[in-house]
Amino acid sequence: MSLFLIVALPFLGALLPGLMNSAGRAACAGVTFMVTLATFVGLLTNLPTVLAGELVTVGIDWMPLLGLNVTLMLDGLGFFFACLILGIGLLIITYARFYLAREDNMGEFFTYLLLFQGAMVGIVLSDNILLLLVFWELTSLSSFLLIGYWKHLPEGRQGARMALTVTGMGGLAMIGGMMILGQIVGSYDLSVILQNRDLIQADPLYLPALILILLGCFTKSAQFPFHFWLPHAMAAPTPVSAYLHSATMVKAGIFLMARMWPVLSGTPEWFVIVTGAGLITMVLGAVIALFKHDLKALLAFSTVSHLGLITMLLGTGTAFGAMAAMFHILNHATFKAALFMSAGIIDHETHTRDIRRLGGLRHLMPITFGIATLAALSMAGIPLLNGFLSKEMMLEEATHTVLFNSPMLVPVLATIGSLFSAAYCFRLIGHTFLGPQRDDYPAKPHDPPVGLWGPPALLATLVVVIGVAPFLAEPFVKLVTASVLGGVVDVPDAHFKIWHGLTTALYMSIIAVGGGLLMLAIFNPALRVWDAAPRPEAKRIFDAIIAASVSLARKFIAPLHDGSFSRYAAIMAVTVLAVGYHAWTTGTVAPATRILQPANFVQIAGWFMLVAATVGMVFLHRDRLLSLILIGIVGLMVSVGFVVFSAPDLAMTQLTVEVVTIILLLLALNFLPNKTPIESSVTRRTIDGVIAVAVGVAAAGLSYHYMLRDTIIPSISEYHLANSYKGGGGTNVVNVILVDFRGFDTFGEIIVLGIAALLIYALTETLLSGPVRARLLNRKPDQPRAGNMHPMMMVVMTRVIMPVVLMVAFYIFWRGHNEPGGGFIAGLVASIAIVMQYMASGFGWTSARVRYPYHGVIGAGVLIAGLTGIGSWFFGKPFLTSDYTYVRIPPFEKFELATAALFDLGVFLAVVGAVMLSLESFSRLARRAHVDDPDHPMDIDPSRDDETTKAEA
Amino acid sequence: MELLVASAIGILTAAGLYLVLRLRTFPVIMGVSLLTYAVNVFLFASGRLTVGAPPILTDATTYTDPLPQALVLTAIVISFGMTAVVVMISLGAFLGGNDDHVDDPKPEADAGDAS
Repeated sequence: MSLFLIVALPFLGALLPGLMNSAGRAACAGVTFMVTLATFVGLLTNLPTVLAGELVTVGIDWMPLLGLNVTLMLDGLGFFFACLILGIGLLIITYARFYLAREDNMGEFFTYLLLFQGAMVGIVLSDNILLLLVFWELTSLSSFLLIGYWKHLPEGRQGARMALTVTGMGGLAMIGGMMILGQIVGSYDLSVILQNRDLIQADPLYLPALILILLGCFTKSAQFPFHFWLPHAMAAPTPVSAYLHSATMVKAGIFLMARMWPVLSGTPEWFVIVTGAGLITMVLGAVIALFKHDLKALLAFSTVSHLGLITMLLGTGTAFGAMAAMFHILNHATFKAALFMSAGIIDHETHTRDIRRLGGLRHLMPITFGIATLAALSMAGIPLLNGFLSKEMMLEEATHTVLFNSPMLVPVLATIGSLFSAAYCFRLIGHTFLGPQRDDYPAKPHDPPVGLWGPPALLATLVVVIGVAPFLAEPFVKLVTASVLGGVVDVPDAHFKIWHGLTTALYMSIIAVGGGLLMLAIFNPALRVWDAAPRPEAKRIFDAIIAASVSLARKFIAPLHDGSFSRYAAIMAVTVLAVGYHAWTTGTVAPATRILQPANFVQIAGWFMLVAATVGMVFLHRDRLLSLILIGIVGLMVSVGFVVFSAPDLAMTQLTVEVVTIILLLLALNFLPNKTPIESSVTRRTIDGVIAVAVGVAAAGLSYHYMLRDTIIPSISEYHLANSYKGGGGTNVVNVILVDFRGFDTFGEIIVLGIAALLIYALTETLLSGPVRARLLNRKPDQPRAGNMHPMMMVVMTRVIMPVVLMVAFYIFWRGHNEPGGGFIAGLVASIAIVMQYMASGFGWTSARVRYPYHGVIGAGVLIAGLTGIGSWFFGKPFLTSDYTYVRIPPFEKFELATAALFDLGVFLAVVGAVMLSLESFSRLARRAHVDDPDHPMDIDPSRDDETTKAEA
Repeated sequence: MELLVASAIGILTAAGLYLVLRLRTFPVIMGVSLLTYAVNVFLFASGRLTVGAPPILTDATTYTDPLPQALVLTAIVISFGMTAVVVMISLGAFLGGNDDHVDDPKPEADAGDAS
């Protein structure tokens, strides 16, 4: 299967669980399982190529200028991780099916899970580091959703936020590091970067790049000092913890360190930072884990500790270390996922995860006991289980590692880490399963159905098989190691064996296991010491840092952003004025090239009306109805101005828009107060006036200035004028520009218009479903109602005139390509025809006769316009290329048929839909309770009489 | 004539801005509408003023600039959509809070507790 498909399948499949949600839980989980299985099988089809040691690559250019290409590659390392992700994914899906409660939304869960899975597969298969970063961030986001899946739990939400903050910050740092790396090499392709070890390590920017990339890895893989988020992420449902926080996501950082191993490792900086952080994390995690009482917290810190172990191994920079790391990743994934699932089972069956309330479960839950014990003993490093093998290799590597010139430091710390590791494993077994049976479990424990214990049992089997027959895993691990090493050094010859003889590592192992048992024996006194000892609480520090950042941000924002809109507007106006003034005074002024044109009496009269209405608005704006009338005059005069200055299309548009705008504002004014009270002081009004006049003078000066000068560069309009008929087949250049030359703009604009209308609809719905609804329904009108709501004359008149108006719209639409008109204007005219019916005959009467919902009309318009554009693809032309021809149907005149007309039809429909949906939404607010929608003309409003009598009484 | 258009733009801008600086939603919406006229006319005038030469291809030799017209035409329609949305938002705010001020109320006293 193509690598593209392997990465894409989980993302595509993520659509399915949501769809299958109503089909039941089994279907929902089943479809998720099938998607993962298909991806897994697809991955396995590439196994022969990988086993042959070849690289599978596919790629297409996405943004080559940025160096961002979708190139994928599959080598041993990628295959190994993809196997872990998908294989354990299958087990987790099965487990989650039985784990999630009936009230949990399973579709949502599996959607997130598949998104996460796709992102993880994307990381391990990416060949381009920028693409890798995209997937990297996607894992942060999807894991945020998964951790916070139980939205009702505050710990879940806090844990999710903390995880996102920490890993997100790390991701940001890593972007920086990857950018530097790309700059050094000159390519963002891993296959190229991995070939340039010497170039990168000699570069002065190597250290910053290394630190930034490691920040990303350490935050993701919970390395000290970023280890604190992982335990808090355990508020997630257990399948998530088992999947993300043991087997996959936290290993992403490890994966990246392994991926970058050939070019970044081997330097002293790498060694000190990575090995140091790994060692500290390993010991610290193990010590804290021992003293945790929550099963999942114990496992979380143990994961932290084991991730530290792997990091430490990668840090040594030797081939043996890398091999041990890879082997331990495999082993850890098996035993830790099994343990998490067992912890989930215990939680599920006993309703508690507190070790102090458990104990003696071995007879009650024998199957779980068997699985958990095998896995825990493996983690403790008991021979014949797989954990022993890789731990032995780790100790072996530790004895050869010299940190800070001290040959003892690493071996001693490694032994201490292993000791505590063994101790918490023994405590897990001892305090949960062994000991006397209790009678105060929160629920009666018993073994779960096979769906819950099956997946961990499978993993436990693997634990034993690898532990007994390590030679089975050896070729595979060596293959993976070979791709980690990338040819820099040879794969070590050492064989995986249970018995190496009496080596130092074996003695260290014996000390660790013995010490672990001893530790368990003295656990209670040790716990008292631990509880008494002061130690920093990471969550408190984290919260304090966040709170400090928030208050710092507030200090900056509060004075600048105080919620006063008038203030923002004034600041902006003054700023624009100042910048404009600066530009004006520092630039040069060219001499006027045009002469003033004379104005006749009519034009002066029109100007006078415009000015009178505008100034009137300023002084009379407190009477809102009056200001509506005045703004109508302004709009009318602007339309007249368009007529005078040779813009018939604009005049028609302005005029029709004016009508619908005024109707809209009238509808709104119905709910708003009729008067604006005087609130601002005289000083304030004076200042506002000064600002307004200054800006106005500047605007006037600027327009006057450029109207007297020609453009410096010749305008592109000449091209439009010359090609309108030849290329677009229309003589109305404005319309040809709209539907042809700049059709793509228009396409965007009708979409915006549609979105605006849908927004209005959505806001209305929200208002009508909230508390406002009751107020609206019981509202008493503040104006006396007309007794005759639908005067007969108006009803008859509008119904008669409707076909005429629609005919006008039809005419305007068709002549649009050659004469003033077109889809926009025709759409507005048609809307007015419908609005008239609403006004004359009432909302109820009209909406009962509207056959198509207005959303659909908008959608149809956008669709028709879009399909017209796509249609040109079939002729091998770019999007929205138009074509036209002339036809003649006797007895009519010869007329033109252009694809542009089809596009204009889309515009027409979108405009009608948008205008009508907006106006209809407003009028829906006006419907009142107890007043039936009148269905006939000349309805008498009965409520009016009541009110009149009351008023008189 | 240029003087008439330029002064009209200036007066529309000044009146619009003054109304935008008012405290209630309705005058602000009116002010934005006036500003819309001013901006549309301003953009339109960037094609320079021509009388009696509409951009409809005939035998004539000169036409006015069609490009600003096409741009302003869509701007007019879009501004209707914008006005409608703003009106809806202000209406929702008024119906929900029984208050049509555009400014946030001044905080009484900061409680000091962010959460």
